[in-house]
Amino acid sequence: MKNFFATRWGIIGTGAFIGVLAALLQKLGNPGNMGICVACFERDISGAVGLHRADVVQYMRPEIIGFVFGSLAAALMFKEFRARGGSAPIVRFVLGVFAMIGALVFLGCPWRAMLRLSGGDFNAIGGILGLVSGIWIGTLFFKKGYNLGRTSTSHAGSGFLLPLIMLGFLILMLIFPQVKDQAKSGILFYSVKGPGAGHSPLFLSLAIGILIGFAAQRSRFCTMGAFRDLILFKQTHLFMGVLSLMAAALAANLILGQFKPGFEGQPVAHTQFIWNFAGMAVAGLAFALAGGCPGRQLFMAGEGDGDAAIFVLGMIVGAGFSHNFGLASSPKGIGPYGMAAVIIGLMVCLFIGFFMRKGETQ
Amino acid sequence: MKNIVDARGLSCPQPVLMVMDAFKKIEKGEILVMTDTQASKENVSRAAESKGWTVKSVQEQNQEFHLKLTRS
Repeated sequence: MKNFFATRWGIIGTGAFIGVLAALLQKLGNPGNMGICVACFERDISGAVGLHRADVVQYMRPEIIGFVFGSLAAALMFKEFRARGGSAPIVRFVLGVFAMIGALVFLGCPWRAMLRLSGGDFNAIGGILGLVSGIWIGTLFFKKGYNLGRTSTSHAGSGFLLPLIMLGFLILMLIFPQVKDQAKSGILFYSVKGPGAGHSPLFLSLAIGILIGFAAQRSRFCTMGAFRDLILFKQTHLFMGVLSLMAAALAANLILGQFKPGFEGQPVAHTQFIWNFAGMAVAGLAFALAGGCPGRQLFMAGEGDGDAAIFVLGMIVGAGFSHNFGLASSPKGIGPYGMAAVIIGLMVCLFIGFFMRKGETQ
Repeated sequence: MKNIVDARGLSCPQPVLMVMDAFKKIEKGEILVMTDTQASKENVSRAAESKGWTVKSVQEQNQEFHLKLTRS
């Protein structure tokens, strides 16, 4: 059977679908220009379970859970579920940690970078330029033979572990639901102010997450891959999906009255161009070296890819470091140790890029 | 068949890079590409067609895909 989603119209449709739903999620209560942000939402999950205690960013985001469920459903339905792993897991974990640290210096994953621009936040331009630069450095490593090694098929059960962790998170959320104006419910932390307090209704978020996860698994939607394939192969397939996401989100924002152009006073954003650029360059390089943007890593994890699952866990842990160590930015600007984190992140990614190559195994 | 690209267990962009390398080595003829994900199968097919190669056949066995690429 031909996979419609893998066609040009399939990827364009998926991008548009995500763009519109993201704008809608913002209307339904998600934070400004953050209808969907994989990095921010995983950071909120990290806060919800207390891995960091930044009280403005704690919420068990159902969109993330939905992404994994939707991808799992699509993979099972179309017989693409295959438990696999074993391709340099520790490297993927470290890349996940620094991908998150870089993304939180900018304040967003590539999806949010696009959504910020579509909402009129021109600071996102610095982030997008950084993202493309990071990915470009990644393609240089690919040309030199950078490679994390082959995966092997694993026991089916291992492929279900990340989806099961997500199910556990959802169950925790149902057992310990948010209580108005309370920072804690049972064992889960919730924000009473700040971006963590802004969210659309739980089941709507979950349902939209599942729909996006399904479409993205079928279409292989990936924002990092979009730029990577464009630079490496001059292939526009995935890039069309990203353009379509931005165009659709822009149109939806204009209709919903959410388009507010400018640099100053943008929601959950700062105006330090150079650090928007540098943070996202580190993140872009980490995504490229790990083979997928944060969204794509969730969808691959839903297909049973244990290496992608480890990257996801690395990002969640990275969010803990980011906020505990003062690496993450805020609307006031970068955190006290943000600069150091960007430099260390870049060095770690370059180290991985240089040393993980064919012929470097012994 | 002499020209075999074994991209099993590798994720993108490696399979496509390997196929592109193979295209540089031989300008025409037949190449067998082995992958084990649908995504790689689609990416390799797309890349081959963009370079003037034809995906002559795709065989699926034990969750592996064997693509026969030809160019005359």
